[in-house]
Amino acid sequence: MVGFCFLSCEEDGIQTNSYSTYTPIPLPLEIPQLFADNILPPIIPINNPQTVEGVALGRKLFFDPILSADNKQACADCHSPENAFTDSDRFSEGIDGLTGNRNSMPLFNMAWNYDENFFWDGRTFSLEKQALEPVRDPIEMHNTWPNAMLSIQNHADYPTLFLEAFGTSTIDSTLITKALAQFERTLISANSRFDKHLLGQGTLTTSELNGFNIFMDETKGDCFHCHGNANNPLWTDNDFHNNGLDAIVTDIGLGKFTGDPADNGKFKSPSLRNLKFTAPYMHDGRFATLDEVINHYSEGLLNSPTIDPLMKAVNEGGVQLSITDKADLKAFLLSLSDDEFITNPAFQNPN
Amino acid sequence: MKIIKTILFLSLILFVTSCNDDDDKLTNGNITLNFTHNWDGQSISSSEFNTTNLTNANGEIISISKLRHLISNINLVKSNGDITSLSDYVLIDVTNNVTSIEIKDVPLDTYSNMIFTFGFNEEDNIDGEYLDLNSTSWNWPLMLGGGYHFMQFEGKYGATGIENPFAYHMGTARVDIGVFEQNFFEVTLDGFSLTDNTKIEIKMNIAEWFKNPFTWDLKVLNSNLMPNYDAQKMMNQNGKSVFSLGEIIQ
Ligand code: HEC
Ligand code: HEC
Repeated sequence: MVGFCFLSCEEDGIQTNSYSTYTPIPLPLEIPQLFADNILPPIIPINNPQTVEGVALGRKLFFDPILSADNKQACADCHSPENAFTDSDRFSEGIDGLTGNRNSMPLFNMAWNYDENFFWDGRTFSLEKQALEPVRDPIEMHNTWPNAMLSIQNHADYPTLFLEAFGTSTIDSTLITKALAQFERTLISANSRFDKHLLGQGTLTTSELNGFNIFMDETKGDCFHCHGNANNPLWTDNDFHNNGLDAIVTDIGLGKFTGDPADNGKFKSPSLRNLKFTAPYMHDGRFATLDEVINHYSEGLLNSPTIDPLMKAVNEGGVQLSITDKADLKAFLLSLSDDEFITNPAFQNPN
Repeated sequence: MKIIKTILFLSLILFVTSCNDDDDKLTNGNITLNFTHNWDGQSISSSEFNTTNLTNANGEIISISKLRHLISNINLVKSNGDITSLSDYVLIDVTNNVTSIEIKDVPLDTYSNMIFTFGFNEEDNIDGEYLDLNSTSWNWPLMLGGGYHFMQFEGKYGATGIENPFAYHMGTARVDIGVFEQNFFEVTLDGFSLTDNTKIEIKMNIAEWFKNPFTWDLKVLNSNLMPNYDAQKMMNQNGKSVFSLGEIIQ
């Protein structure tokens, strides 16, 4: 309420064109208890603190096709709330109907990506810089930044919203990406059935608990070395590995970015949260179902020079899980999905 | 459990402070601990990873792709038994070139030994206790006693083209389901005198992990070593000769 009054006062200020000293209201991230108890605090750049106005503006921009060249595609088209902020396509279509060779990525808990390497191959550092890419990517929103800035500058509402969020109504790509990043940092998912189990607020089935043991057992699934554990509730190491998808690596992933052949075929370990909503799987969306993913680790591994040593059973094709083990592992994986995350009203289209 | 740990930590600090207070005439200074790694004398850093072929005591050709290890309770001991604590724990990550720590405000004195623990001792190896270690997925599964890894040493062995992976991971040893045995060990190195900005090199000869007293056969012991009690205890034995004091640069 206080914020609202303050806002309306400011609007008077704008009419008289005086760049008054509107101070946006700080909006610290709501850090889930499991995260606070177990892992380091999130990364928030000093020059882009979270504010009520910044987050609201970022949310509006995220769902607004204004950033694309033909005014038809928003970030949310490929990063939709109902899919935990990815989409259900193998390769998403950009505005010209073109597709790339990478599967869209779900967006959540990104403020806890401590190394701040984004994309499947880690090629951009920081969420702010990442947000520059889709706008000018020829197979995505295929815009230019000068054009995107102009459209937003000429919009009826945006200049005021930028003034409120950043103290200036002169819009540029830096401020646009700052706002987007602020909204993206609020996309926090920590309320799965497994989370509730860890907090002592819910129970799991025997099958789910068995599945967790398979996940943690070096002689069975051995997934935890790359995909987190009960004390690392991100369910990813945010690091890059070759998990044995191909004998001949065509998309070299991290290797293209670092130039080190030892990195060829390495991609970021995705979080295993919200798999219920994020099919298809892997950097190229090659697996339509979780069963296919589990079969891959169980008997479908392919050797290549950079395969991770943790894919230790590669010469036998994989860790050879029994049918029950597979079913239990799948049940456990699905218990990491957070139904409230995808319906959270704060994350839906505000426009 | 977290509260207990905090109290322990605080009392440790107080203890160190009181030791230091005794020596009024001493000045304090900053020192650096440099953890270097070698293979029987050949220097190993991340730039040798993946590409350099090394031969172990059993005659297998190996290459390294990952090496991280944990060292805790790093103390300097004087001949009269006084102890100065340098660090509670440090995760050395050779893969990512995190191999040195700077320590401020150390009494510039003559020490008869440097003593540290490889891994965590029982009191410190508390499951989930350290947020920085959790954040980097350093945890050791509860079914194996919980707490943290002491080492992750990974790579491949065998001739080019037909390599097999190995994952030499060390932590608490599981005797039987629900029965665990501590697996840390203490390392005592020679002493030295400190002046301001002294750099102390602590060397790990990685080849020793495969050598002494047990000649490690990677064809038999290459993976699934975490729940393998015998393998864990062999690592413990072999680990005792890997560290030595290197150069002291003043
Ligand atoms: C045409 C579909 C499409 C559009 C539109 C799109 N993205 Fe993406 N997004 C992708 C794909 C595909 C990837 C993975 C690309 C890769 O790794 O090479 C990705 C990756 C990302 C990532 C990296 C996540 C991580 O964990 O590394 C972020 C963040 C992101 N997008 C944000 C945005 C924002 C913000 C916008 C709007 C400005 C946007 N995206 C628009 C398809 C899209
Ligand atoms: C060596 C590290 C490593 C291990 C061990 C590992 N994974 Fe993965 N996982 C990855 C990487 C890297 C990817 C992405 C690979 C790609 O797309 O190229 C991935 C992808 C996945 C995906 C797809 C998620 C998505 O959003 O696309 C699932 C599901 C998955 N892993 C589950 C598991 C399970 C279950 C296990 C244990 C049986 C396991 N992983 C073991 C590294 C690992």
